[in-house]
Amino acid sequence: MPDSSAFWISQADLQRLFDCLRAAGFQTVAPQVRDGAVVYDRLDEAAGLPHGLVDEQDGGYYRLTHHPDAGPFEHVAGPHSLKNFLFPPRETIQQWRRQEGSWQQLADAESPQPLAVIGPRACDLAALAIQDRVFLEGDYVDPFYLARRKQLFVVAVNCRRAAATCFCHSMNCGPEVTAGYDLLLTPVGERFVVEIGSEAGATVVAELSDGQPTCAESDLAAAREVSRELASAMAARPTTPVRPAAEVSPQALSAASTPPHTDPPHRSLDTKNIRDLLLNNLEHDRWQDVAERCLACGNCTMVCPTCFCSSVTEVADLSGDNVVRERQWASCFTAEHGQMHGGNARPTTASRYRQWLTHKLAGWIDQFGTSGCTGCGRCITWCPVGIDLTEEVAAIREAST
Amino acid sequence: MSWFVGTATAAATATGPLSPWEYARATIAAVRDDAPGVRSYSLAIDESHRDRLAASQPGQFNMLYLPGIGEAAISIASPPGEHPVLHTVRAVGNVTNHLAGMRVGDDLLIRGPYGRHWPLEELAGADLIIAAGGVGLASVRAAVCQAAKHRDRFGGVAVLYGAKTPEDLFYQSDIAQWRAAGLTVELIVDRAAAGWEGPVGFVPQLLEQQPITAATAVITCGPEVMMRAVSTAAFARGLPPERFWLSMERNMACATGFCGLCQFGPEFVCKDGPVFRHDQIARYLEVPNL
Repeated sequence: MPDSSAFWISQADLQRLFDCLRAAGFQTVAPQVRDGAVVYDRLDEAAGLPHGLVDEQDGGYYRLTHHPDAGPFEHVAGPHSLKNFLFPPRETIQQWRRQEGSWQQLADAESPQPLAVIGPRACDLAALAIQDRVFLEGDYVDPFYLARRKQLFVVAVNCRRAAATCFCHSMNCGPEVTAGYDLLLTPVGERFVVEIGSEAGATVVAELSDGQPTCAESDLAAAREVSRELASAMAARPTTPVRPAAEVSPQALSAASTPPHTDPPHRSLDTKNIRDLLLNNLEHDRWQDVAERCLACGNCTMVCPTCFCSSVTEVADLSGDNVVRERQWASCFTAEHGQMHGGNARPTTASRYRQWLTHKLAGWIDQFGTSGCTGCGRCITWCPVGIDLTEEVAAIREAST
Repeated sequence: MSWFVGTATAAATATGPLSPWEYARATIAAVRDDAPGVRSYSLAIDESHRDRLAASQPGQFNMLYLPGIGEAAISIASPPGEHPVLHTVRAVGNVTNHLAGMRVGDDLLIRGPYGRHWPLEELAGADLIIAAGGVGLASVRAAVCQAAKHRDRFGGVAVLYGAKTPEDLFYQSDIAQWRAAGLTVELIVDRAAAGWEGPVGFVPQLLEQQPITAATAVITCGPEVMMRAVSTAAFARGLPPERFWLSMERNMACATGFCGLCQFGPEFVCKDGPVFRHDQIARYLEVPNL
C-alpha cells in the first residue's frame, strides 16, 4: 500500500476503530485484564483495553504493574494468542444421528462469526503464518481453521517494549510487524500511526481516516524507529546464560520464595544449526535433567501460539443415537498423546519434554519448512517452574561443542 | 456425503486439497473369523466413494469410524481395485472391540486411503522377502497378492510369517493360493501346539534360510521389536538399509498430519509413513521412547 495512506489517530479515536470494525460486520476481540493477566476476548469498548498496565514476565512469573503513563498496548504477549480463536481449545467438528439403524451426518448450521482481533504483535503474526502452513498448506486443508481464518481481520500493534521472556529477535519473528496485517498501529508518543495492509483494511478505515492527519515521510520514519530501537535493544542482549544445575534443581526452585524477577535475564536463542543440534542429541543427559524439574502439566503447549496437536472425543447422549464429535487441544506432555495398544510410545517426562522441544525447534523445520517457535516467550512465563527453552537449548549446545 | 454447508469446502476443493473429515458409508458385507481375536471384514463402500477407497495401494490404511465409539487406523488388506474392501482387525481397543460385535449388514463410516505404500513399482525385478508378525500380515497382504498376481515382475518372492501359536496363523486359504502362484511361504510359531510340525521360534530365524543378494529387498510389518530383530538379522547378512522397508504404528486421530499424535521424530507416521525405508528413520528407531 502507498505510504500516503497512513494516518494518525489518538488514543481517544480507538473507540471509533472498534465501531468501524463492528459496522463492517466483525465481532471485535481485544486485550483486556482478567484474573491478573492480559487476555484476548470479545471487547466492544476501547475503555476496556489494559490502559496504564505493564506486564512483568520471567520464568514462571507474570505480574501486571501500574504505570499511569502507559498506553493501552504497553503489555506484550499474554497467555492467549490468535490460536485461541482460529483453532479453539474445544470445538464441535461433527454431529451424527442414528436413524433407523443408519448414521446420518448433520449439517453444521453454525458458520463462524467474522472476527477482528485488535492487538496481535509481530510474534503473533508469525505464529499465524506458521499455523496457516500447518492447517492450510499441505495435501489436506482443515476446514474449521479455514472457515475462521478466511474471515479474520487483524489490527496488529508494534511493540515498543519487550519482556525479559521475549526473544522474537532470535527467531526472526519480530519485533517489527512487516506483513500479515489488515491494519497496523504503531504507538508513537501518545498517538498511533495507522498503516493499511490490505483491501479489507482500507475499506474498514475509510471512515476512520476521514479528517485525521495523514502521515508524512518523517512520521513513518518515526514509526519505523520504534521497532528499530527495540530491535537493537533486544539484539544487544547476551545469549541466555546456562545456570548451574544446583540453581535450577527442584530443591533450589522450591526454596526460592520469589523468582529472580527484579532483574531477570533477558532471553535470546542461538538458532545456528539448531535442527541438527537437537536431532543429534536425542539421548543427551539434559533431557533427564529437565525432567527432574518438569511437571508435565502441558501449560507450555496450551499457551504456545503454534502447538497444534489435538484429539477427538465422542460425546454421545444416553440413547447413543446422537453423537457430537469434539476436537480439543492435546498435549505431548500427557500419557494419552503417546498411547498405543501395545503400550506408551513416550512413557517418561524426559521423553515428553524432548518430544515437545525437538518438535518445536527441529522436527517442525522438516515438517513445515519453518521453526515452530516465534520467540514469544509464553512457554517460559507460564511454566509453573520456570523452565526456559532458551536455557535448555543453550545447555545442550554448551555440552555438545 | 459432504456436510460442509459453508464456503470452506468449496474453497478447499477449488484449490485441490481434501477435507480430512469426509466419510464414506461402509456396509459390512461379510465377516470371517481368522484367529482368536482376529476377524476380517469385507466392507461394501457407498457408490460415490467406492472408486477412491478401492484405489488404495498396498500398505496404505483407512480410518474406520463408529459414531459414539471412536475411530481407528486399520491397514487395508485388499489389493488395489478390489471391492468390497478387506480389513483384518485384532480386537484390542475400544473401536476394534466394538467392531468385533458388529454383524453383516451393519453400517460404519470410513475414510481413506491414507499414507505411503510399499514401493512395489520400485522393486520390480527384486527378490522380495516379505516378513510379517501377527496381525502385521494384514498390512502386507495386498503386497503379497500383487506379487502373486504379477509373479513375473519379481524374482523370488518369500513370505515369512510368524504368530504366537498355530491357531493364530490366519489367511490359510490365501497362503495356499500364494504357494500355488509360485510364492514361497514359510511359517513359524513362538509356541507349538499338538499337530504343529513346522519350526518354533521367531521370524528372523526364517530369514536365516533365505538367500540375501544384491537383488534382495525386505518389507516387514509386525510388532516393533519383531521388525527390529528382522532388520538386525538382514543387515548382519549384508542387506543395505536402503533395501529394507517397514510399516510403523502410532496412535492417530486425523490421519492427515493435523492432530500431531503419530509423530515419530520429525516424521508423521500417517502421511510420511506408515511405510518407511529403514535408512530414512534408522536414527530414530535407535532412540528409546521417541
